[in-house]
Amino acid sequence: MIIGLDVGGTHTYAVLLSNQGVEKSVKVTTNHADLFSTVLSGFTQLLESIDPSQIERAVISTTLTTNAIIQQTMEPVGMIVSAGPGIDPEFFRTGEHYYAVSGSINHRGREKASVNEMQIQDIAKKMVDAGIEYVGVVSKFCVRNPSHEILIKRMLNKYFKKIFLGHHVSGNLNFPRRIATTHLNAAVFSLHKSFFEAVKKSLTEKGLTVPIQILKADGGTMSLEASMHFPGQTVLSGPAASIMGAIPYAPEGQDAIVLDIGGTTTDIAFLVDKAPLLEPVGIQRGSYKSLIRSLRTDSKGIGGDSTLRVKDGNLTIGPDRQGPAMAFGGPLPTPTDAMVVLNVMDTGDREKATAGIETIARQLGLSIEEAAEKIFKTCCTIILKKTFEMIDQINSQPVYTVHDFLEGYKLSPQKILVLGGPAPFFAQKIEDLYQIDTLAVPNSPVANAVGAALARTTCEVSLYADTEQGIVTAHEEDFAEPISKTFSEDDLMETAYTLLKEKAINSGADPENLEEVEVVEFQKFNIIRNFSPRGKIFRTKMQLKPGLIKGYETVLH
Amino acid sequence: MLKALHKTGLVFFPAFDWAIDPTHPEREERLLYTQDQVTEEGIFDIPGIIEYKPMLATAEDIRRAQFCVPDEAAITTESHLISAGGAKVIADAVMNKEVKNGFALIRPPGHHSMRVSHGGRGFCHINIEAIMVEYIRSRYGVKRIAIVDTDCHHGDGTDNIFWHDPDVLFISLHQDGRTMFPGTGFPGELGGPNAKGSNLNIPLPPGTSTEGYLYVINHCVLPVLNEFKPDLVINSAGQDNHYTDPLTNMNFCAQGYAELTTLLKPDIAVLEGGYAIEGALPYVNLGIILAMAGIDYTGVVEPDYNPEKLKQSVSITDKIKKTTAQINKYWSQRFQMREDAGKPGEIQIRHKEIFYDTDNIFERQKERVRICKDCGGCFEIDSQATPGFHILGVHIPINACPACIEKGYEFFDKAVENKYHHVFLMDRPKGNYHIK
Ligand SMILES: [Zn+2]
Ligand SMILES: [Zn+2]
Repeated sequence: MIIGLDVGGTHTYAVLLSNQGVEKSVKVTTNHADLFSTVLSGFTQLLESIDPSQIERAVISTTLTTNAIIQQTMEPVGMIVSAGPGIDPEFFRTGEHYYAVSGSINHRGREKASVNEMQIQDIAKKMVDAGIEYVGVVSKFCVRNPSHEILIKRMLNKYFKKIFLGHHVSGNLNFPRRIATTHLNAAVFSLHKSFFEAVKKSLTEKGLTVPIQILKADGGTMSLEASMHFPGQTVLSGPAASIMGAIPYAPEGQDAIVLDIGGTTTDIAFLVDKAPLLEPVGIQRGSYKSLIRSLRTDSKGIGGDSTLRVKDGNLTIGPDRQGPAMAFGGPLPTPTDAMVVLNVMDTGDREKATAGIETIARQLGLSIEEAAEKIFKTCCTIILKKTFEMIDQINSQPVYTVHDFLEGYKLSPQKILVLGGPAPFFAQKIEDLYQIDTLAVPNSPVANAVGAALARTTCEVSLYADTEQGIVTAHEEDFAEPISKTFSEDDLMETAYTLLKEKAINSGADPENLEEVEVVEFQKFNIIRNFSPRGKIFRTKMQLKPGLIKGYETVLH
Repeated sequence: MLKALHKTGLVFFPAFDWAIDPTHPEREERLLYTQDQVTEEGIFDIPGIIEYKPMLATAEDIRRAQFCVPDEAAITTESHLISAGGAKVIADAVMNKEVKNGFALIRPPGHHSMRVSHGGRGFCHINIEAIMVEYIRSRYGVKRIAIVDTDCHHGDGTDNIFWHDPDVLFISLHQDGRTMFPGTGFPGELGGPNAKGSNLNIPLPPGTSTEGYLYVINHCVLPVLNEFKPDLVINSAGQDNHYTDPLTNMNFCAQGYAELTTLLKPDIAVLEGGYAIEGALPYVNLGIILAMAGIDYTGVVEPDYNPEKLKQSVSITDKIKKTTAQINKYWSQRFQMREDAGKPGEIQIRHKEIFYDTDNIFERQKERVRICKDCGGCFEIDSQATPGFHILGVHIPINACPACIEKGYEFFDKAVENKYHHVFLMDRPKGNYHIK
């Protein structure tokens, strides 16, 4: 049996799944000030009267790092960046202890200026004096040649508890994002470590000794041990959990929209043949841009508890939430009140809901019934409008080859999957309004915990081979090997697959779930000097696609 | 925080799967290192920099600017159409004011492709700037456009397409034609009788450095633009003036390109040549993008940049000053030159021979233009290519006067069909293209 636990904004859900389906689920109010006791109480209630030795797997998704970013409770850490030619690295400052240093690597990975050891020693002293314990080191083009980062780390090792290097963060190019991501990993490390060590200790005390898996932003899992190196990858795993929870109900061979309608916000995501769409570069939320692999989701400030207002005769919904719906004792009318009035929802205090909607109706010059209908419809329209905008945006993404231009895949969803508390009520309305097959995901409130429980391990490797320089590298994996002039595309793919499998197993993957391998990117170029070929450059990215573990596909139907 | 001072649009289309042939300078990886550099710099994440997806240009788009022989499909590949389409996308973004300016980093280039195109010349099959300019004029009714071609080679295709057009000012800075392909672009080449002085060709001696380029920009290009008062400034941003370019002999650098861009303030820049793909393009393109967006570019310096080594000699400086003075004199006499060029209604004849180095075609042309003081004048080009086709192309300019429209149709109607494989009529005022 497996356990999934998802810490949500309001509630934390934990489920116990067997290959018969959901055996048990519990719901705990999330206490953001004390997530540890929230998680523990979820596990305690779930494991009551269950023999812990029957559990084969446990996956946790939490808001810990997300909260740390939002509440800016991240620890001050040191950052050393070397930029070389280009934009002034001062623009990417992460905080007080941020130092731009000399040294430069070019786009082919060749050293153009060396590291100044005196400068590094000097900075190390300053950071030690400031009480810094964790440091990030990032150099431009370290993805092509990490030697400067490695050298600086060697010089700093004796002064600091842990040093995070840019080239371990991602195989993708993007210096500013790499700085932000490395900083994030360093800044949430001690928080993440003490939290999960405490969780693990408590679970062991309860007799639960299986390896703990943590859900990542890309909807995949990693082992607790792996998460210590990349704690930043757990950011925004909440939306990922619910999207994974919708997968069992997604159509095969087709595109689908996932809408997770909550109290305050609605998360929008897409599935292509049951596989979630990923962000092209990394998590991007508002001004925060990273290299953390993540599902492509967007959040809209509209949900069941969004505040309703009338401004200049026009109805507005959200983006704020002032409390629950009036039907449930809240202060202001909300879309949920409209649903209560319309009898699509049969819980809550109908009188209070009616009183709330009446104030809106009066301002709009409509009957209560008409106003409620308008609110409900407007709500659906706003959510779907944003969804279609996202689809347009995805479909108008730039391409860089003639082939991609001509063959470019166009996302065209034929089904909508709705999750969240009010899902069943919205599903019917959306189907009526848009004539798209719409389904409220069964067991909707616990779907995200189920998603976490069933998510499989994901990972990605980026390889770069340069036959002129005679080397194939995957610096993210600390891999570099000499190659001959005859190194081929097949050699590259074989090396990539070996590295990918190794990485997956090290991240806690079950050997049975290593089949969904996908080549995300492949490019091959000649290196020409004076009009004659000197070698080839090969690049590839290979991934284990996010998806569900085997053996549970049919459980949920 | 890092933010673009001006909203800048980019179309980035490196065409990683298209090449003339595997060792040709115009090959798959030409923009590879540029893409690495701009991606690593996080350019596409900067607020105010917007990346657009290119589109395919259509035959109709090309037919506003060029006669393709035997037709558009025969001499273009998808890459050419995407490249021209990319320029169109940037034009739309700028004209619709979604961005203040835009840069199309596209390949293959286009500025050696002329009014009549039988195939590839200087790596160009269709003229992406000309197609974009004619699109802008048709779609947005813009009247006066200036094209400043800073590619190291003479922009002879663009020069040829706007030769008779007084509303399009074409200025080309290039390495002296006596030392370089295509061997044209001398100061005396000033445009047709109806448009004398609206084509300015500024040859520069080999070894010209940043100092020389910026001298010409400050002492000739900017004053001329100031007087011409274009509604739109376009930069054919060729990058082969770089001191590491394998095909040329100039000493320009990334900082120089960025400064040139800052001075010129182009509304639209379109990438042309530039074949130092590792040591120059990544830095030059980054410098131009930052300059267009109004972001500090002082950190964009080639790793091996050595200003002392690149300094230009006194004799080069003197030559450049002389050429500049000569061009300024021509410019000031342009109206007189047009007055003296011929009588209205008269037909003037020009013979031209064109070699297509990429496709090994030799073309002979006989061009007949109507002298007109009211418009650019209609003209016909009798063009015979070996190997290839014999065609007649008639052009009626976009702002044509009634007399030139009538004469244009007369050219077309009188053309004896059995003499030519095709006879084309480009009726720009009506937006029609006739073939017989
Ligand atoms: Zn050129
Ligand atoms: Zn006329």
